[in-house]
Amino acid sequence: MTRVTISAAEIEDPTLVDEDQVRQSPFWDWEFALDALPDMLLAFLQVTLVVTVVGTLIAAVLGLVIAVLLRVLPAPLAWVLKWAANFIRMTPIVVQLIFVFWTFMWLDSLTIGIVVFGVHYATYMSEVYRAGIESVPKGQWEAATALSMPPVRVWRKVVIPQALRSTVPSLGNYAISMFKDTPFLIVISVAEMVTVAGQIGAPTFRYTEVYVIAGLIFLAASYPTAVLINRLEKRLAYAH
Amino acid sequence: MPTHTDSAGAHPDHSSPSSAATPVIEFVDVEKRFGSNTVLKDLNFSVARGERVTLIGPSGSGKTTILRLVMTLEELTGGYIYVDGQPLTYEDRAGRRVPVPKKQQKALRTRIGMVFQQFNLFPNMTVLENIIEAPIHVLGQSKKDAMSKAYSLLEQVGLPDKADAHPLSLSGGQQQRVAIARALAMDPEILLLDEVTSALDPEVVGDVLNILRDVADSTNVTMLIVTHEMGFARDVSHKVMMFDGGRVVEEGHPDQIFTSPTHARTQQFLSAVLGES
Amino acid sequence: MDFFEDWSDYFEVVINWSDRLLDGLLTTIQLTLYGGALAFVIAIVLGLMAGSPSLWLRVPARIIIEFFRGISLVVLLFLLLYVLPQIWMRNPGLPFEGLVRNTFLVGVLALGINYGAYGAEAVRASLTTVAKGQWEATTALSMSWPHKMRRVIFPQAWALMIPSLSNLWVHLLKGSAIAYIIPFVSDFTAELNNLRRPTDIWFSHAFIGLIVYFLLALSITLLMQLLETRAKRRLGRGAPVRQSTSADQPSSTATTSGGSR
Repeated sequence: MTRVTISAAEIEDPTLVDEDQVRQSPFWDWEFALDALPDMLLAFLQVTLVVTVVGTLIAAVLGLVIAVLLRVLPAPLAWVLKWAANFIRMTPIVVQLIFVFWTFMWLDSLTIGIVVFGVHYATYMSEVYRAGIESVPKGQWEAATALSMPPVRVWRKVVIPQALRSTVPSLGNYAISMFKDTPFLIVISVAEMVTVAGQIGAPTFRYTEVYVIAGLIFLAASYPTAVLINRLEKRLAYAH
Repeated sequence: MPTHTDSAGAHPDHSSPSSAATPVIEFVDVEKRFGSNTVLKDLNFSVARGERVTLIGPSGSGKTTILRLVMTLEELTGGYIYVDGQPLTYEDRAGRRVPVPKKQQKALRTRIGMVFQQFNLFPNMTVLENIIEAPIHVLGQSKKDAMSKAYSLLEQVGLPDKADAHPLSLSGGQQQRVAIARALAMDPEILLLDEVTSALDPEVVGDVLNILRDVADSTNVTMLIVTHEMGFARDVSHKVMMFDGGRVVEEGHPDQIFTSPTHARTQQFLSAVLGES
Repeated sequence: MDFFEDWSDYFEVVINWSDRLLDGLLTTIQLTLYGGALAFVIAIVLGLMAGSPSLWLRVPARIIIEFFRGISLVVLLFLLLYVLPQIWMRNPGLPFEGLVRNTFLVGVLALGINYGAYGAEAVRASLTTVAKGQWEATTALSMSWPHKMRRVIFPQAWALMIPSLSNLWVHLLKGSAIAYIIPFVSDFTAELNNLRRPTDIWFSHAFIGLIVYFLLALSITLLMQLLETRAKRRLGRGAPVRQSTSADQPSSTATTSGGSR
């Protein structure tokens, strides 16, 4: 099976550009920008958002599973899981993407992207859940024990609902982080927005418009979300 | 500048303050709101030079807010505060209420010192550094002067051997004594004492109050005091003001207030407070 | 995937390539150190500006912080790589052309600016976490803003911001792997990927690469923990400097003993 990844050699070399051509063209070309916009928005909706949303769902669920397992597994197993999570969290997502890409040759790169982002961020989110679980007062556990509730029910009905509440803003912030990390997918040739931007710009070395638009779309999507999450965080803080 | 006729005549015993022409602190139509919650309303009073005034009243009556307004820790939402006859934060310029230039505000602020309920010593400095920091870098004193003053203040508050100690290694009472020394090192004309014994263990409250009595006896610094120690209030103050709901309901000489309060609210408050202890 | 069958090949390749791998590792470490240093400076400057009482400092700082946090690292990198040099192409003779065309420096710049903006937010937030009473005491002593910042607030905020800065530095190390796509910069990831070409046993190589990154990240974390311990010790007894929830804050909240507001 053959696979192609982008590497330094394949990316347009900025020093090999025909500088005369650059000088003769305008710095900003509205027509070019408008032409590029639909393709970029399409890539944004079809890939960038999909990876972010599905990746966040995976991360949110898997993160909770990890956090609960860390509490219920016997100590040696929990220790192994903890360091496995640390390992994934503390190594570059770029290398993980390439690693999985060349190891699981039968998977398509979009799936790989979604799974790697989901698992990587699950290790972050598990820390958020862990803090949330630890913030549930000891008295709640004791009360549940006093009522002879079975463990699964204690988790489902008592601990997790209380733990989840305070975690929402942090999870949201990690979702935004993941969103801003999606251009890393360029290393496994997933056609997310920034990769597409580069493809549009490459033939004529017109990168100004496409990368400025890409930056603005990231700003326009992440800043309002961050503000919303910040508000939510404040509201939750007051509610406590 | 609006003048205010104060009742400074009524200081029978105690070393009566030298009544200068202008009051040291004057509140004119002061109003303080936190959001929609009005804490102080139409407050007018003045404090003469050297006068020691204690503010009493139930929680939420606005006593602490008054000290914090004088220290510029809170924004003044209405009215004017004058220190030595000069506007502190806002002034009346041709009928318009305008903020005072920052420079003037800062200059006035150096005449005011404050001791907090929670001491607020700087944990990253030794006791000595806490005391000499502002005299050197704010007042521009020489290090030598500031240090000799600091040592004599530490002597005065009974901690001569703690100069190089770390604030957090001291007990609460010791920390508060250092905080008093730190405030006095600035040679303030006005000293604000905000519930300085409320966070202390009962057995060390007396030590701290004795030090403050000494300060009151040995200097003529003007004091504005918020406390729940009624005995202390009676001993040191020239005047007691009873607050309720952001207004002064009664004021007068401590002997009068504590023995024969006229206002029902004062009677109620004092019987509750004194009954407890 | 045929790791166990190809042991000997594997070692041969690694040994043949060890020089290049070490070069790549060195490049990654340089990116992390220089980028980290730049990010640190940017974080402190912008963070102090964003935490200052002056609107003239606060507003520009906020805009810069939100802008560089909001656009993705990769977009920033591409803007610096492909758009910024155009200014020099169009205006021959501008100074610093060599710097702009040095792709390694561009990488350092992108990492430094991006993580510096995140760091600035961490710095600003830690300033506000210093107990309110400390701020009030500095006002009561009439300290000027630079004075209180330098002598009282920052030394306490420092202990509080180290964990965030440590996390960000690890993020920067991880982010530096994207230097793999920068022309003329062969970082550790790029060399790992080159290693894939002469051999099929990619799995083990990449895994070793991940372990190396992990060890680098652990070193950063341990180093910063040492710094944090030291900073806390300076504040004495590891006492809680963080604004605590309850009784510590009399002047800001009504307490039982009668905070009056």
